[in-house]
This record gives sequence, structure tokens and C-alpha cells, in this order.
Amino acid sequence: MTTLNVRRGAEFTRILGLGVARGENLVPNDDLIEPINSSDEWIRKMTGIATRVRAGKDTSVIDLSERAARDAIAQAGLEPSDIDAVILSTITFPHITPGGAPVLADRIGATPAAAFDISAACAGYCYGIGQADALVRSGAARHVLVVGAEKMSDFVDPADRSISYLLGDAAGAVVIGASETAGIGPTVWGSDGGGAELIGQTSSWLDVRDNPGTPFPTLRQEGPSVFKWASFKMAPVALQAIEAAGVAPDDIQVFIPHQANVRIIDQMVKQIGLPEHVVVAKDIVDSGNTSAASIPLATERVLRDGDARSGDLALQIGFGAGLVYAAQVVVLP
Amino acid sequence: MALSKDEVLAGLAEIVNEETDIDVAEVTAEKSFTDDLDIDSLSMMTIVTLAEEKFDVRIPDEKVKDLVTVGDAVDYIANA
Repeated sequence: MTTLNVRRGAEFTRILGLGVARGENLVPNDDLIEPINSSDEWIRKMTGIATRVRAGKDTSVIDLSERAARDAIAQAGLEPSDIDAVILSTITFPHITPGGAPVLADRIGATPAAAFDISAACAGYCYGIGQADALVRSGAARHVLVVGAEKMSDFVDPADRSISYLLGDAAGAVVIGASETAGIGPTVWGSDGGGAELIGQTSSWLDVRDNPGTPFPTLRQEGPSVFKWASFKMAPVALQAIEAAGVAPDDIQVFIPHQANVRIIDQMVKQIGLPEHVVVAKDIVDSGNTSAASIPLATERVLRDGDARSGDLALQIGFGAGLVYAAQVVVLP
Repeated sequence: MALSKDEVLAGLAEIVNEETDIDVAEVTAEKSFTDDLDIDSLSMMTIVTLAEEKFDVRIPDEKVKDLVTVGDAVDYIANA
């Protein structure tokens, strides 16, 4: 009987390098309050956000991705030609096809790397880390570039009070490769499509085609319901990720949740029962909610500010439209 | 055994106090969560979730908007 060869990869993986690109414009709350009949005070109270980063009209989600990716590859001490797979997590690449990942791979000089997009919204970065970890350990790739990138400002409605004012534009990238010790714990992930209506676009592309006058689709959410789900249902997922990694909450040095809302982050910390010594990333205050980019952005921030160091153990969890979620414990690059 | 409305009110007042620091004595049946107690939509969701856990009831998200006063919430929980 014919037998097929199978590949075997590295036993362990880690994050080899990190890069980020924030939208070039820092947009304060005061610039957004008029169409939503609100105030700087209300936005800060409900979300913790003071400013969000947004990109100019001529900056694309691929432009942001390229900047982040180049820095991540350089920090990993690699060349673009060393990348065998590119995973781009985005919900704002404005084409149904082709995907953004092949375009990005070509832009940075990683062709013919395998390249594909994943649509897992604010959980997309952690989904990508889980896949990259598995690809390297299986031998399907040696170095995987994972990019979470969004230009959310292309899909906001200035008059929307549910989500638009939270959103920012950015990209965060990491390179995953082999390691002598375990640098990425098991990914705990899942979905609940029963909540698909809680976050999404106002109408489908077919509605736009078939119903004249349908406005260009923008994002909406059922804020209080999403708050409840994220604040209370994600804590058990985070605890499972800690347990799966074989560590205890006391061992965690940094908590880097998706930067959805400071109120969600604070409630999650309480529900998980994280010890007081754990540094809690809150880049959202300055960068806003950048969906798939928010976790790598917040990672870069805690490292840059000196609140965390390379080698620290971080719990990261992404959650969002789908509903989808993923969490893992990682060693910071 | 089902809890009396007084017992539910006392338990709910504790939850409101925990979430907002409002004195338990201020949490009375006729008070509006929004207008009198100044509880915003996210704190309301936290209170609802903690009440679900404490009283072992389910309060659907779409029902929360109908719980205008503390008394509305007490009635809903006591009759659940």
C-alpha cells in the first residue's frame, strides 16, 4: 500500500517579532460629538475612550498592514522571503475577492508565501495566532506573518450612537516561528452564531444592489447586549486559556484583551479574578477600538511604556462580531 | 422556595450598591433606574447579569428595557 509523507514541524512556537501602524490622525471625542448629540464626558464615561487613531482617505488597510508587517519581520531578524504564510485578519478590506493577504504578501516581497484572509472581526488576531501556531507545529510553514488590520473609518456612520465613535484604524503584525521553549499556549476558541445580529453591517451588499436608496453599509451593534456577552461570557474562556497553558492566574503578568471598551475590560478583570499585580492593557483610551488590530497595538503599547517586558507572560483574548472568540497565553516578544 | 418581594428588593439593592455605590436605602421600588438612580445602560446590564446569578432567573436582553423602575425588576424576578 502506498503511504504518503507527512510533515512534522517544530515542537514549540513563539512570537518572534511585533510591528504596528496606527492611523496618522488622532481624533478627539470633540470632533465626533455633534452628529451623535453627545459630549466628550459621555463618551469617556461609556467607553473610556479619549481619542482614536484614524487613517487619511488615501491610506488603505494594506498600507497600514505593510508598515506593521515590515517592522514585525525586521524585529524577528528575518527577511520577507523567509515568510511562508501570510494571514490577514480584517473585516475592512473593501473587496469580496481577491483577499488582502496575497496583495500584502506581494507588497512586502513575501511572494510566493501562502496567503489568506480570515474574517473573525475583533477575535481575528487571536484566531490568526492559533492558526499560525498550528501551521508551524505541523510543519506547514516555518514563519507565519499574522496581521490584524482595519480601516474601520471607511465603514462608520457619523450619526450612529452604537459603535462608530469607538472605532479607529490601525494594523498590528507578528511573526510566528519555532522556539526552543513554548511561547504560545493552546488556543481556546469558539463561536455563537446565535448572536450574529448583535454586531454587523446595516445591510448586505445584495440589499444595496436590489433596493435603490439603501445607504452604504456601515457598522452597528447592540451595545448593552454585546457588553453583557463580552464582560461575563468571556471570563470563563480566559480562565480556560490559562488552565490550558498549564499556568495559574497568579503567573499572568499582563492582560491584553481586545480593546473594545474600558468598561468591558474592567468587568472582565473582575470576572476573571485577575490578581492586582497583573498589568491591564488599555491602549483603547488613546487608540480607540481598532478591531483585529487592537491586541497587537495594545501589546506594543505596554512594551513601549515599560509596563511589560519581553519574556512576560500575557493572557490575550479577542471577541467580537460573529459572535466569535479566541484566547491564549503567550510569551511577549 | 420562592423569595418574597422584600427579599428580592433587598438582594437587588445590594447588587445596585455593589455596582454603583448607591446606598441600599436609596434603592426603593418606585425609583427609576435611569432617571432617579442615574444608572446607565451598561451598569444596568451588569446589575441584570448579577441578579440573574443571584436569583437564578433569566432576564432576556430585550426585556431589560421594560424594567424601568426597581419595582419592575423586583416583580419580574419574584414572578420568574
